[in-house]
Amino acid sequence: MTTTSAPAPAATALQPAADDLGRTRRARRALTWIAVLSAVLVTSAALAVSLGPVPVPLATVWKVIGHHTVGWPQRVSWTTAEDSIAWTVRAPRVLTAVFVGAGLAVCGVALQALVRNALAEPYLTGVSSGASTGAAAALLFSASLGSSAWGLSGSAFVGGVAATALVFAIARVGGRLTSMRLVLAGVTVSYALSAVTSFLIFASDSVNGARGVLFWLLGSLTQARWSSLPVPVAAVCLTFVALSYWARRLDALSIGDETALTLGVRPTRLRAQVFVVVAVCVGAVVAVAGPIGFVGLVVPHVARRAVGGEHRRVLPVAALLGAGFLVWADVAARTVFAPREIPLGVVTALVGAPFLLVLVRRFHGAADIG
Amino acid sequence: MGALADGPGAGGIRAADIEVSLGGRTVLDQVGLAAATGQTVGLVGPNGSGKTTLLRTLYRSLAPRAGLVTLDGTPVAAMRPGELARRLSVVVQETSPDVPSTVAETVLLGRSPHRSAFQGYTAADHELAASALRRVGARHLADRMFATLSGGEKQRVLIARALAQQADHLLLDEPTNHLDVRYQHEVLSLVRSLGTTAVVVLHDLNLAARYCDRLVLLDGGRVVCTGPPAQVCVPGVLEPVYGVRVRVVDDGAARQLVFAPKPS
Repeated sequence: MTTTSAPAPAATALQPAADDLGRTRRARRALTWIAVLSAVLVTSAALAVSLGPVPVPLATVWKVIGHHTVGWPQRVSWTTAEDSIAWTVRAPRVLTAVFVGAGLAVCGVALQALVRNALAEPYLTGVSSGASTGAAAALLFSASLGSSAWGLSGSAFVGGVAATALVFAIARVGGRLTSMRLVLAGVTVSYALSAVTSFLIFASDSVNGARGVLFWLLGSLTQARWSSLPVPVAAVCLTFVALSYWARRLDALSIGDETALTLGVRPTRLRAQVFVVVAVCVGAVVAVAGPIGFVGLVVPHVARRAVGGEHRRVLPVAALLGAGFLVWADVAARTVFAPREIPLGVVTALVGAPFLLVLVRRFHGAADIG
Repeated sequence: MGALADGPGAGGIRAADIEVSLGGRTVLDQVGLAAATGQTVGLVGPNGSGKTTLLRTLYRSLAPRAGLVTLDGTPVAAMRPGELARRLSVVVQETSPDVPSTVAETVLLGRSPHRSAFQGYTAADHELAASALRRVGARHLADRMFATLSGGEKQRVLIARALAQQADHLLLDEPTNHLDVRYQHEVLSLVRSLGTTAVVVLHDLNLAARYCDRLVLLDGGRVVCTGPPAQVCVPGVLEPVYGVRVRVVDDGAARQLVFAPKPS
């Protein structure tokens, strides 16, 4: 494996080919993954709009999307019902799935690097337990907040951010922010807040409200509208850019604080920055979709198996995998027991748990060699 | 060279009047160290004498309560993190992380202080990393997962990363740990042959005497003795510090220290 991209045959004949340490091979591998996954994601999204209790033909889906976005085809050759199902109901829902899945996956990647723990997930920031408490309070005790999508999302977001701030404050005692303290603070706040949520359900008399809280806690995209889309899209895109900017520092941090320090990274500062970005992103995502589990835990591992540990490559692959995974999980949630919907969190857990089991077995197999 | 004054303007790695306390306990007390440009200085002493603490002070992982650390005359406290990383590479022991990375990725990280945030590693970076791996005899490990390597292989890979970093100052914490005899000698002659200014924490006094220009002997957070190995590695200096009997054997090719427990 000593050949390079070879600028000119004559040059390689004269001097021995430089050893590029498999650079071209690994770059090609990552690019192939990104290209294939992008194609799969676009196809999956179109299929997801087409599939459902009332199917819309795939050809019609493309035309509806074309008509509404670039104005071509101009002539409407499909029914108003098809147009409304594909464009008004399913398209925003599928796009929400794309961004929620991508956001949870990249935040999972970042958090695992941050606390150097393979079992870390975005909810370690306390954001989901806080959001759950916020949503439960709105659903059970405030008719005005609980009945409007914006009120519910807003309450969840505020709860999530408040919980994250609490975790941060507990973990940061003494000016340093170590991974161990972050994990302990996250777990503690999560337990405490889930107790509060349970108490709120217990304290309220509303059976319907309790049912609504339960459904919200399991995650769902039923509330996804065009109007609710911009916030998670912006949050996920900005987070992706920020994490890509920090990619190499995350590489260093995932080895250890001392190593990071000797490579020019300030561990505590980076950990704080990434933590805040991840918390806001997950807060925005959970506010529209509820706390959907397993995506942020499992997808990062799959992405690393595909393209190695470099975050510059792991992040886009994880984003595409997470997006595709959640699109299909939502299709399953809508169609398996149609017309009833199963909560999205149930689907992701049912698919994610066995996946994680396989990964854990393989992971230990690899570690035992040494 | 050793007779040169240790003024703040002098080149190399210098520390003067370092005081460090951890958890209210004074760990280093009025410690000084000077590694002139191109010199290899060994940091020796019993367990808990403050060797690693002094090393951590040199690469700014610990801030001393008093004293000054300089690289070629510039105080490290005044450098930006990236600048420090380009001028000083460090080999430290860390437990293997959960997050998997290959040997190639691990060594390439040594190039990260030379690249801006969105810039990828260049072809030249990859070639530097490959030649660093070859230099420590670990090129064939490039595609292995770092976590699955043996202790000695890990050590060599970490040294390769420090080489790829291309800093002209080098700190090593017990680089011969986990290495068999052959690689102990290979690693230390490699460090010497680089010509970079180096400070090496070593447990093995014979290795230290053989490969270092100067030794700094620490005990209880203070410098007991400093100077060329022939001056430090003598029974009169070592016996009270380590509490063992020391005999010097000279077979013509090398001067070896032989240790024996003190008769009670």
